[in-house]
Amino acid sequence: MTKFTFPESIRSRPVYGTLEARKGAAHLLIADAHGAEAILDVATPEMMAKAHIIYIPKGEAFEGKLRALKPAQFYAGPSYEAAESRIQKAFEDAKMGLQVYLTGTEGLMGQAQHAAMQAGIPHTAIQTEHRGSVARRMQCVHCKGITEDVETDPFVCAHCGLNLFVRDHYSRRLAAYQGVCIDAEDPGNVPEAKGIYE
Amino acid sequence: MTIQFNDETFRDDYSFRNSDWAIKRFPFPFHEDSYMYSVNMEQHRGGPEGSIYENRFDVDEHYVSEMRDRAMVLADDPLRCQSMPHMTLAGWDLLELIMVSKSEDYPDLFELHRDGNNWRWVNKPLGIDDSFVFLDETTLPYGPMEYITRQAQGDFCVLDQRDDNLWMDAGMVTTQADWSLDFDIGMNFFEWHAPVPLAHEKGIFVRALKFLLNIQQGAPARRLNWTMTVNPLLDTSPENYHKWGIQKTTLSPENIGSKQHLRVELQTFFRLPRSNALVFPIRCYLCSFQDLMTVPKWGRRLHRVIRDLPEELATYKGFIDNRPMMLDYLSSFDDGQATSDGIWPDLESEPPLKA
Amino acid sequence: MSGAEKIAVTVTDIVPLNALVTRFEFKRADGGLLPTFSGGAHTVVEMEDGAITRLNPYSLMSDPMDQTAYTISVRRDDEGRGGSMFMHQSVKVGDEMTISYPVNLFSLDLRAKKHLFLAGGIGITPFLAQIKQLERFNGNWELHYACRSEALGSYVDELTSHHPNETHIYYDDQNQAIDLVNLLDGQPLGTHVYVCGPKGMIEWVRKTADGEGWPREAVHYEEFLAPQPGKPFEVKLAVSNKVIQVGEQESLLEAMEREGVDAPYLCRGGACGQCETRVIDYTGNFIHRDHWLEDDEHASGEKIMPCVSRFEGKTLVLDR
Repeated sequence: MTKFTFPESIRSRPVYGTLEARKGAAHLLIADAHGAEAILDVATPEMMAKAHIIYIPKGEAFEGKLRALKPAQFYAGPSYEAAESRIQKAFEDAKMGLQVYLTGTEGLMGQAQHAAMQAGIPHTAIQTEHRGSVARRMQCVHCKGITEDVETDPFVCAHCGLNLFVRDHYSRRLAAYQGVCIDAEDPGNVPEAKGIYE
Repeated sequence: MTIQFNDETFRDDYSFRNSDWAIKRFPFPFHEDSYMYSVNMEQHRGGPEGSIYENRFDVDEHYVSEMRDRAMVLADDPLRCQSMPHMTLAGWDLLELIMVSKSEDYPDLFELHRDGNNWRWVNKPLGIDDSFVFLDETTLPYGPMEYITRQAQGDFCVLDQRDDNLWMDAGMVTTQADWSLDFDIGMNFFEWHAPVPLAHEKGIFVRALKFLLNIQQGAPARRLNWTMTVNPLLDTSPENYHKWGIQKTTLSPENIGSKQHLRVELQTFFRLPRSNALVFPIRCYLCSFQDLMTVPKWGRRLHRVIRDLPEELATYKGFIDNRPMMLDYLSSFDDGQATSDGIWPDLESEPPLKA
Repeated sequence: MSGAEKIAVTVTDIVPLNALVTRFEFKRADGGLLPTFSGGAHTVVEMEDGAITRLNPYSLMSDPMDQTAYTISVRRDDEGRGGSMFMHQSVKVGDEMTISYPVNLFSLDLRAKKHLFLAGGIGITPFLAQIKQLERFNGNWELHYACRSEALGSYVDELTSHHPNETHIYYDDQNQAIDLVNLLDGQPLGTHVYVCGPKGMIEWVRKTADGEGWPREAVHYEEFLAPQPGKPFEVKLAVSNKVIQVGEQESLLEAMEREGVDAPYLCRGGACGQCETRVIDYTGNFIHRDHWLEDDEHASGEKIMPCVSRFEGKTLVLDR
């Protein structure tokens, strides 16, 4: 399943849309895994003539199809961290009128959105479309460490080892949801972990 | 009146105490026998003499000890004070607002001497006498917001105003009711209030934002908010929740009167002139149940409010598990007599508790 | 109480700049200091014009850090209801007047990596204060200023001599025009554009920027509308239980104030939303002129902005 309907939630939780081709001086498309499908859906020859695609396959086999769109610039890399300096450079070089399209997992979209905002693009002007895994990027509010690809609630912080429950409260600046100690008032009483949307 | 400053702690041995003076001027937040969210804003232009409303920034007997507690929190976790680069001008606005207000309202405690941009600030209670150049960050030991809010009680959120919204882009937050500046910084008004139940559905935040966006220079506003805290712990932060959360379970029928505190926030709102930002000071006042019960009207009313509070609110405010024990305690201070309107203690006119 | 806090001032200087524009300087009547403000702020000036009190907003153009005096520039509007005529013809040095505390509905986005200012005619005034503010903090800015002619180019000399590299002037009568598409193209990410001038210019800039893929949040504009005269009409005010007549030369807001009805306001120019009033009942047509309500709200007949909008018809009942 690559499309998922997230349940309604609180106002800080991001809401994702469907990418649409917009008029602009240049187009930057950043995707991971199944996000490639959303790029294939939105791409037009006019857009691709001025497009830079940055893709993190995460084991998915879309690279050939994306290359076949003939974007002006294409990069596939092993991880967001590996692509990060290239993404920074793309924003540094960009001019007003750049259109940004982010698609794939929440962690990928969140981190790329943060980079775009740092460069001066308001978050409301950045398009997003969720595809693929519904795992979350979580910040431990206690030790501040980020745990990637969290699929269960509660989960164990990868840094400090506390048992954390998964909140829907989300920070664009950190590109992460908030994890809070679940057994602070009753140490050791940790409910069994379930899928976040179960 | 010269204030006698307490030497007290808000952690470990919790030696915090309210004097009789402090109890009588405590901002009891319930103007009637029930509570629901509202945009209960009013102009912040003084109030009864001696009350917490009298001055723009209230200074009380806890000032010196609260500032010592803040310094300890910041030493442990510097992320409690943050300011995005575009908020520096607002920080200077805030520094000026606090220095001018305090030196005018408490001339025996604070002095501000200005010669153009060359300023000298004297804070007698904290033993500070600094000369600096206004708008020159290199002449202060901290950024302007951090410098002045290390010398001012209460938390401070500095909000940038743009795109018809307010953005929490700077703050000094060490006496918070369980929210994290480090997590919420950069959020807009609706986002940082996202976890609050019921109020969004009631349209409270839409109306509150509209009001706040239109607060103008020279016309500050205020409101009260409240929650509950076990022990007089100022720093109820999410960051340290895994350490202080357990204290909620130490409440017993024997110690509830001294351990359970009503925590009231005096929230004020000032437009800042040079930056057009809005500063939102959140001043925390704590009072133990047993001290509150010395005012018969408050005893009656607190029992009724806590008894009738919707479950979602008691959960959000973090005392749903302790509510039955609170009600057992409070019910003995409610003799069923009527209460007068308004928040003031009305000690002269309200009847004593019936035996 | 309505509007921002008031300040009693004395008119300390009046300088005619050209055939249309005159500059006024105000100092505090009590000799004290004025509040500082942020670039883009305006003040509402109260004019006692015979039996009528007019309240017109004017952008503050002096240095926001200068607390000794405020200056504004007033363009004479021969077609208008007389506020600017009053300032030009009746106000003298030494007069006592009342102005409001500064209110900013056109503030700088201090996060901007660059500020691109587009001014048309008297729309230059808020930028004069914003430029002074940015110069103080080494801000990155650029001004493109369109005037009718050299003779009517208020403050052109001051700007070109102090800021020759940042200032670009265009004279209509010499067929010079801002090449907007080219100007917008190639601006660094994080640039914000600000436009102040006639309605047509604002629409043109907003539309062009949108077409070039600029985010809505990066485009800022301010246009104060002066209330326009119109046919007299009758209004029933349900809360105050009054029936009032709105004269040809006054706005609905002014008529309410004349009758002692306390109605909120800030800008009096259709921009801030403070005076938004619910319509209870009507038979007739609204003449909506504000920037505040959305098109569908205008069409709904449920709301009116009494500072600039009018009504023609049989009955109008408002929730005031």
